[in-house]
Amino acid sequence: MKALRNYLDTIKPNFKEGGKLSMFHSVFEGMETFLFVPNETSKSGVHIHDCSDSKRAMIMVVLALLPALLFGMYNVGYQHNLSIGAVDTGFCMTFIFGFLAVLPKIVVAYVVGLGIEFAVAQVKGHEIQEGFLVSGILIPMIVPIDTPLWMIAVATAFAVIFAKEVFGGTGYNVFNVALITRAVLFFGYPAAMSGDKVFVRTGDTFGLGAGQVVDGFSGATPLAQIATATTTDTQMVNIIGDPVTMMDMFIGLIPGSIGETSKLAILIGAAILLISGVASWKTMISVFIGGAFMTAVFNLFGTTAAMCMTPLDQLMLGGFAFGAVFMATDPVTSARTETGKYIYGFLVGTMTIIIRVLNPGYPEGMMLAILLLNVFAPLIDYYVVDANINRRIKRAVKSTNA
Amino acid sequence: MGKLFSSKNKEVLFSPLSKNNPVVVQMLGVCSALAVTAKLEPAIVMAISVTVVVAFANVIISLMRNTIPNRIRIIVQLVVVAALVTIVSELLKAYAYDVNKQLSVFVGLIITNCILMGRLEAFALGNGPWESFLDGIGNGLGYGLILVVIAFFRELLGSGTLLGIQVVPQAAYDFGYVNNGLMILPPMAMFVVAAIIWAHRAKNKDLQEN
Repeated sequence: MKALRNYLDTIKPNFKEGGKLSMFHSVFEGMETFLFVPNETSKSGVHIHDCSDSKRAMIMVVLALLPALLFGMYNVGYQHNLSIGAVDTGFCMTFIFGFLAVLPKIVVAYVVGLGIEFAVAQVKGHEIQEGFLVSGILIPMIVPIDTPLWMIAVATAFAVIFAKEVFGGTGYNVFNVALITRAVLFFGYPAAMSGDKVFVRTGDTFGLGAGQVVDGFSGATPLAQIATATTTDTQMVNIIGDPVTMMDMFIGLIPGSIGETSKLAILIGAAILLISGVASWKTMISVFIGGAFMTAVFNLFGTTAAMCMTPLDQLMLGGFAFGAVFMATDPVTSARTETGKYIYGFLVGTMTIIIRVLNPGYPEGMMLAILLLNVFAPLIDYYVVDANINRRIKRAVKSTNA
Repeated sequence: MGKLFSSKNKEVLFSPLSKNNPVVVQMLGVCSALAVTAKLEPAIVMAISVTVVVAFANVIISLMRNTIPNRIRIIVQLVVVAALVTIVSELLKAYAYDVNKQLSVFVGLIITNCILMGRLEAFALGNGPWESFLDGIGNGLGYGLILVVIAFFRELLGSGTLLGIQVVPQAAYDFGYVNNGLMILPPMAMFVVAAIIWAHRAKNKDLQEN
């Protein structure tokens, strides 16, 4: 650590005004404050600082995402092996297959997103913001494994520019950037983002794991099976036709977007987020309550397979848990008032189920529900604040009259 | 001739192409700019139609400007525009039926295009017929220019074609390239308009609002 600090101090003059590398000063600043908490103090007035600045908070989110990401990699390998009927290749080979399949996506998302962020910061003379640290790891986790890399690059660039930089950069965005990326992919390249061909990699990865797909293979996710089901008592099956158990859903051995399948890993991530205080438990819990509530309502007069799913199934499948824990709780785009968080979360949960159940075209509704509620978050906050003001005025009037 | 194209008249004709563009500066006619620009061909036909209608409506209203009672001027303007739109619509039906089908209601809706009423109210009622004609041509072309630019990007990226001719080579598709379905949808036209406005304001700093 000491050596690193000394090294930074020796190269620092190059990036100062007039130094030969001064054009990269924001890059240097970004790296320096990433590695060390800055020791600059405010020059006017009194400010209270928390030692956990936004760079530290972002790192907590990335740490919380790691279990889901690592399991996602394993699951990519597992589903692949299942699809080609490979005999058990051992934990390591399975993981390595998934790791090699997922890694390029992470690299592409980071290179494109950070490249744009660095360029904009450089041109505008801003500091480099850390927001993309989280978006960059979220993006590969919420896409199907077979999404082409160039599509991810295009969508990431579009989202970072139009959903973030034009609004003023990190902290000013109205929409969750990672979800906008996914939405661009979803509407721009529907064939690569949905259906039963994209969620399981059947081909090889860098020459690893080549093989023939077994008979009876179907890459449809459980939610897609429900959306296309014709009877109400449809049995969800995995990709080779065996029934899906609740344990499979919880552990995450089902096809789906890379990071969303394992509820166990998401639970670990949720614990990290809540203990470190980065995410709000109010938003998180109310998303689940909203989802369960709406499912129960649909169960009352269920006529289709989607309507008849139990609340537990709805919450365990697809991106519901992932969205509730990592997306809905985004402090920038969700409601900020404490009461608002309950309302926001509840509406995210209900909207997700409504979209899932009533729109057969979209088996999954989490992305659209969160983006929709992102728009309403400021409105929710406005009315919560307004209600509070009115309540206090009433109280003040009463006490002066008394 | 010199008088016909005096510097003032040149200004009237050319300023709507950039500095006073009806779509990106005056923010008129955005609705149809989103609706008819999925392909280049309907966009060009729409541009020509609007140019013709706005130019001749301007001339007619300008000729009558001293005799129209002020209180019923909007009705008179509407009658003139409606007559011209009907003529254009019938011509399209006769000679360009396919495009007319694609444009569907939007030919008829030229009558509600804000550019028309805007130019009639703001220019034709206070200027001579020749200036009004130039103003109409200029604004029609300014509108058309934006339409064509939007449609160029939307057709190229959304369908891989230009004017219906395949321009993205088959090799690219074989290599894994896919047309962007979002480009066909109207929301993406909004982004393209926004990007044009962005570039336009970045170039013309005097148009930037604080």
